[in-house]
Amino acid sequence: MKIMRRQLPYILTSILAFVLSYSGETKSIFVGPSKTYKAIRPALMAARDYDTVFVEHGFYKEGNIVINKKIVMLGIGLPVIDGDKKYEVVSIKSDYVVFKGFHVQNSGFATLNDPGGIKVYDATGVVIENNVLENNFFGIYIQYGKKCIIRNNRVKAYGVEEQQIGNGIHCWKSDSLQIIGNNVQGHRDGIYFEFVTHSIIWCNISKYNIRYGLHFMFSNDDAYINNFFDSNGSGVAVMFTKNVIMYSNTFKNSTGDASYGILLKEISDAEIRGNRFINNTSALFLEGANRMLVHKNVFNGNGWGLKIQANCMDNVITENNFTGNTFDVSTNGSLVLNTFNNNYWDKYEGYDLDKNGIGDIPFHPLSLYSVIIENNPIAMLLYRSFMVTLLERTEKLIPSITPENFRDDRPVIKPFDL
Amino acid sequence: MKGITKFVIADILKNRIILFYALILGVFSWSIFSLEDNTSKGIMSLLNIILLTVPLVSIIFSNIYMYNSAEFIELLVSQPVKRSAIWTSLFIGLAIALNVSFLVGIGIPVLLFVPFMTGMTVIITGMLITTIFVSIAMLCSILMRDKARGIGFSIMIWLFLSLIYDGLVLFFMFQYADYPIEKPMAIFSALNPIDLARIQVLLQVDVAALMGYTGAIFKKMFGTMTGYLISLILMLLWIVIPFLISLKLFNKKDL
Repeated sequence: MKIMRRQLPYILTSILAFVLSYSGETKSIFVGPSKTYKAIRPALMAARDYDTVFVEHGFYKEGNIVINKKIVMLGIGLPVIDGDKKYEVVSIKSDYVVFKGFHVQNSGFATLNDPGGIKVYDATGVVIENNVLENNFFGIYIQYGKKCIIRNNRVKAYGVEEQQIGNGIHCWKSDSLQIIGNNVQGHRDGIYFEFVTHSIIWCNISKYNIRYGLHFMFSNDDAYINNFFDSNGSGVAVMFTKNVIMYSNTFKNSTGDASYGILLKEISDAEIRGNRFINNTSALFLEGANRMLVHKNVFNGNGWGLKIQANCMDNVITENNFTGNTFDVSTNGSLVLNTFNNNYWDKYEGYDLDKNGIGDIPFHPLSLYSVIIENNPIAMLLYRSFMVTLLERTEKLIPSITPENFRDDRPVIKPFDL
Repeated sequence: MKGITKFVIADILKNRIILFYALILGVFSWSIFSLEDNTSKGIMSLLNIILLTVPLVSIIFSNIYMYNSAEFIELLVSQPVKRSAIWTSLFIGLAIALNVSFLVGIGIPVLLFVPFMTGMTVIITGMLITTIFVSIAMLCSILMRDKARGIGFSIMIWLFLSLIYDGLVLFFMFQYADYPIEKPMAIFSALNPIDLARIQVLLQVDVAALMGYTGAIFKKMFGTMTGYLISLILMLLWIVIPFLISLKLFNKKDL
């Protein structure tokens, strides 16, 4: 305490000196039709670190705008910055930039340097918030970013073909990002992560994107929670990644050939909990996935609930609800290295004599016909015909084609309240 | 013609079997929907009834009725009535009676419990199936003079269309799995009215799965507006062609 008291005056004076030195220097710069600066570029030239640039409502078409100072850019009344379909619209090349409240539109199109609506180069602590991005090649592009926050942006494009449009929010070689509350539509991938670690994707909406709603590659230790994916080409793809947490997301309406709610390829140690898979062609597709925990999810009205390839091992699938799916589970081999336990299957026809809520006979979720269709897809033409029902019944009684040990030993009688 | 149709319907209703049929269908569908809270599962159980029981009852009942009405038909022929009018009104009478009992038995619960589009598909396909098998039964009864042979033949037709045909399709699928057989197979199954009915219901219930690998063909063949129209036309052809053949035979037949 004594030492503290003796040092207190020094600490106070140094804080005072710090505050004084900066309050004298920082200033607010106004840009607008009736202000000193009519355009953004000259205002940025005049600005110094820690200044605030207010941009009033208007239309600004100034080619590529480069922010290379630690400044705050605030749009008032959603000013429009237009890239004239030639330039990258806003380039952020400094740490701690705040970019807030703009309408950024019409970036150039180039596959060599990937121009974006807002692109962040090698920066820490950038905040991109409350912007509207429309008709850009890439929406928001972060490369070598650290601790950046991308919040409440609306990113919209009108892509038709995969090759002609970039991703909505594209993050590459970054760390500790927060992607929160954004709405991405009509891009190639809604949100794209490649070599991004320790990041969170929370409460975003990703709809009508051509390829994936969310695309993960080589991105370890990330979480995506509470997101909503609807009508994307293939839902979500998570590839070559470990330690991913997927909680409480909704995956809806990914229908079409090779469309999945989640496509998992070469994943290990991930947890998939509390998600809802509704009306997808294949809700959850696992290939080369190891040590995953899939629990408390809802699979409702999908073509295939779970497609688990034979090269997956040590996955635990437990306490999920499988209702109204055409096929609950399918696989491509006879090797079973995964555990199914305590799930609710609406196709279960067993009984529960001791009334403990758990069926007395095991359930074989793999139907004969799902195996047949895996090998011979055209056989779908005969699905639900009397002939096929007969075959399925026989197979249920005497399993010969489907692996005998592919079963849930403790199927639950009543659906979980999820 | 109106008079004969009315008489046929009254006659069918009098023998009570048709009422019993409606009752059985009703008991089935009400119990399915009240026991099962998952409507799509309910529809699937119902689909089995529609694809098996309904055609069987329609074909056997119409067939026996035609044989039993042989004397009545002879009597009518001696009257100043056109032969084609007699035959057509018999057909219409049978079709109306069976369709009404189908509607009472299955139509009402389906409309109450199932989403409208799916329900309508089920009802319309069910009614088409009923009428198709009435038409086939009439053809059988005119082809075979002997009652036992005629009924046996109609059972064979039912068995073929509802079971053996699918078995053949499945067999060909596996035999020629290495070839691009999607289209021929789809066309092949479209030739069977029961398969056609099943696929139409499938398109309503298993949409998500059908969007998969074979989905493109499925959707293109059956799911588009032209697909629906083609299915409808094919099923109508199944009604019209056997009936017209039987009509032609009846007009020439020496009773």
